[in-house]
Amino acid sequence: MSKNQIPLWEVFIRPRNGLAHKHCGSVHAADEVMALQAARDVYTRRGEGTSIWVVPSAAITASDPENKDENFEPALSKVYRHPTFYEIPDEVGHM
Amino acid sequence: MADRATVSREALTAFLLRLADDHLVLGHRLSEWCGYAPMLEEDLAMPNMALDLIGQARALYQYAGEVEGKGRDEDQLAYLRRERDYVNCLMAERANGDFAHTMLRQLYFAAFMEPMWRGMRSSSDAQLAGIAAKAEKEVAYHIRHAGEWVVRLGDGTEESARRMVAAVEALAPHVDELFESDAVTTAVAQAGIAPDPATLRAAFDAVVGPVFAEAGLQWVETPFGRTGGRQGRHSEAMGYLLAELQYMQRTYPGMTW
Repeated sequence: MSKNQIPLWEVFIRPRNGLAHKHCGSVHAADEVMALQAARDVYTRRGEGTSIWVVPSAAITASDPENKDENFEPALSKVYRHPTFYEIPDEVGHM
Repeated sequence: MADRATVSREALTAFLLRLADDHLVLGHRLSEWCGYAPMLEEDLAMPNMALDLIGQARALYQYAGEVEGKGRDEDQLAYLRRERDYVNCLMAERANGDFAHTMLRQLYFAAFMEPMWRGMRSSSDAQLAGIAAKAEKEVAYHIRHAGEWVVRLGDGTEESARRMVAAVEALAPHVDELFESDAVTTAVAQAGIAPDPATLRAAFDAVVGPVFAEAGLQWVETPFGRTGGRQGRHSEAMGYLLAELQYMQRTYPGMTW
């Protein structure tokens, strides 16, 4: 069986106590139903999740690592974008 | 334990051993795929299901030993009986064949057990009701997983369809045995412990029918079915299976892990 007959899917699991689905790996599956089952069998064997998303790997558009510098370097010098220059009143408590 | 008075210890033990043997033997067969599955995803999925089955077998053996009252524990019942003492259905012991055959067998067995567990959830026997509540969720997934594969293989490539049709033909003589009634099943059903297998055929058909329709598969009638497993009369495959299954306990009696 040639590999490209079985597409790749990216798997996102929402952990028990977390809010957001997190990327945890990938599976091969013929379609979305089988991908969900494969993800369940491969990535939730130890009670890791309460919800699964699968996304065709081909549907993901990724940034080019070659453009890393122009994409991300300019942000490094802009510390004022971090909200660390405020005095938080004690009454607010933990934010 | 309620209603124990209305069913003999022997009948309940016999019933529990049938179920336990089905699950142990089929679980062992599925586990043989570990390391050999056609893809990594299935190499985890099949042992996952095998572990469900062996876990269910374990609970049933523990309880069977308790009901039997002869001091036999789960290991003695699972690993130290002789071939003729095993009372699993013949379908469970069949060699795995190809992936299509394995998935169809899994679908059949799960479609048989799902209504059985559902019925036992309200069993007059509290211990069995507890085992059933857990097992019912596990078997529901087995139906889904095996069913989706049967659809995709039956309605897949020319080769996968040919293999699926061959599996339907090979397994056809083994279906009726699941639904056999005898004095044991009657006694257990009358005590409200578990449904009589004969009453589960409609539920089985309601699961398998739509899968076959979607897969483009035809049901095959066989002139006569294979039977005998519930009386301990097994196929040739059983001896080889037990040789491997029992090796560890026979070589190192009483070993624990």
